[in-house]
Amino acid sequence: MNIAEIRAQFPILSEKVHGKPLVFLDSAASAQKPDVVIDAMAQMMRSQYANIHRGLHWMSERATEAYEVSRNRVASFLGGAREEIVFTRNSTEAINLVAYSYGSLLKPGQAVLISEMEHHANLVPWQMLRDRAGIELRVAPITDDGDLDLDAYGRLLSDGRVALVAITHMSNVLGTITPAERLVTMAHDAGAKILLDGSQAVVHRKIDVQKLGVDFYVFTGHKLYGPTGIGVLWARRELLEAMPPFMGGGDMISHVTFERSTWAPIPAKFEAGTPAIVEAIGLGTAIDWVENIGYEAIGAHEAALTAHALRVLPEVPGFSVVGKPKERGGVISFTMEDVHPHDIATLLDRNGIAVRAGHHCAEPLMHRLGLTATARASFGIYTTEEEIDTLAETLRRIRQFFV
Amino acid sequence: MDGSSCYDALILSRSRKPEFSGSVEEETATVQGNNPVCGDRVTLSLRATDGTIHAVRHQTRGCAICMASADLMAEAVTGSSITDALELGRRFADMLETPSSQNMIADEDVLPVGLQAFRPLRTHRSRLRCATLPWTALGEALTQ
Repeated sequence: MNIAEIRAQFPILSEKVHGKPLVFLDSAASAQKPDVVIDAMAQMMRSQYANIHRGLHWMSERATEAYEVSRNRVASFLGGAREEIVFTRNSTEAINLVAYSYGSLLKPGQAVLISEMEHHANLVPWQMLRDRAGIELRVAPITDDGDLDLDAYGRLLSDGRVALVAITHMSNVLGTITPAERLVTMAHDAGAKILLDGSQAVVHRKIDVQKLGVDFYVFTGHKLYGPTGIGVLWARRELLEAMPPFMGGGDMISHVTFERSTWAPIPAKFEAGTPAIVEAIGLGTAIDWVENIGYEAIGAHEAALTAHALRVLPEVPGFSVVGKPKERGGVISFTMEDVHPHDIATLLDRNGIAVRAGHHCAEPLMHRLGLTATARASFGIYTTEEEIDTLAETLRRIRQFFV
Repeated sequence: MDGSSCYDALILSRSRKPEFSGSVEEETATVQGNNPVCGDRVTLSLRATDGTIHAVRHQTRGCAICMASADLMAEAVTGSSITDALELGRRFADMLETPSSQNMIADEDVLPVGLQAFRPLRTHRSRLRCATLPWTALGEALTQ
């Protein structure tokens, strides 16, 4: 993998910020977009745009075909069938869809099990379901190192009342990669279905939903070098068929009278209204681009970056990494003695370096860790070791400035 | 260092060693200000009678700017009337939120030096709330 060639495909990486070269270490929040994605979307709007599934005209047929080709790409990317791919706005909407729709099939006395390291997107929809449906919401604890506590997870499943487990496949704060196959087996043995939030994981490793054995898998396009406004829910066909629709409107119906309506077959049943057509084309292109580079190369690059970061950053005085999970992706949350994460982020920004600071949409996790905020550096396919060195050097100067 | 212009020496020293932290005796009001975006929290304790603020103390969990702002605010409003303190808060917010090109009134005419230290924040839009959080809390405490 030639990083210089890859970087050259991301026009934004040659921008300057406050007069300094941009060092973008916030890919876990949202990744930058390569030319091919930008061009594919622009090209679609320039030459073959129309609404889909409606028009009998040439443009609409072409647009429909392009949209459905993107669905096929996502299906083969995840190892599912095309009917099992529902386009959503993002991971948040995909999880809300499951919480609303699959959730409506749950009964009081049943439970949903999440973990302490969930993003608010995989927590709040379940709280809302709990309050709406009178089910129980259980929270599996993590260890001090930031791994899921598997013994506790097993205990929380043991009474057989958990109908659904919803857990992250990779923590956006700690970088922890959760032992998905193990979690799936344990959930199924306890009679529960399982949803994995792959928002972070899908960027870093090959996902095969069949191999994982999972029941629901969600991810979002914009972290995978694709556009915003497009996400994916994959679910087993029989689950989608049993689930009631999420939103009502055009495209999701089979037949409508004033008295009643019947639903379209899956996946259309879950895609009410004009979808994000252009964004779906962008996502399909991003997936092609990622697969063309290959997860083996991506994984090796990110493992090398993470190892490098975990070597050079802790040498900065006062620096501590938050969490020490057994297996981790390219996300490192940290604190620095005597300097608040927001002051770190502001001064890094003024030196061209973009990181995230705050609670990372995981307030309960921050509370569990005894923190109110951390700073976070996250790596993408275009990140270099030199950028991590620049981060370390700038952190050193920030610390000197404050102490 | 580069880009540190928003951290005036006064802000740095007050964030390291606040002079008005804690709580007041014979407190007449207390209020908590939270910034849900970043988790900063300012708890104000004050004694105000007959329209005058006699004492203000704060307990702040937050960044350098929030800490220094709470401390310099406590200093600025101690001994002033409630009306003047609320007016000062408005002027402070104006100083931060008005684009520099439209800043008709010189801040030095209306604001104590300690508050002028925050002026460079005008170019750090994402950090304004850190400085205004203590003032928002004060406004609540004085009008509750």
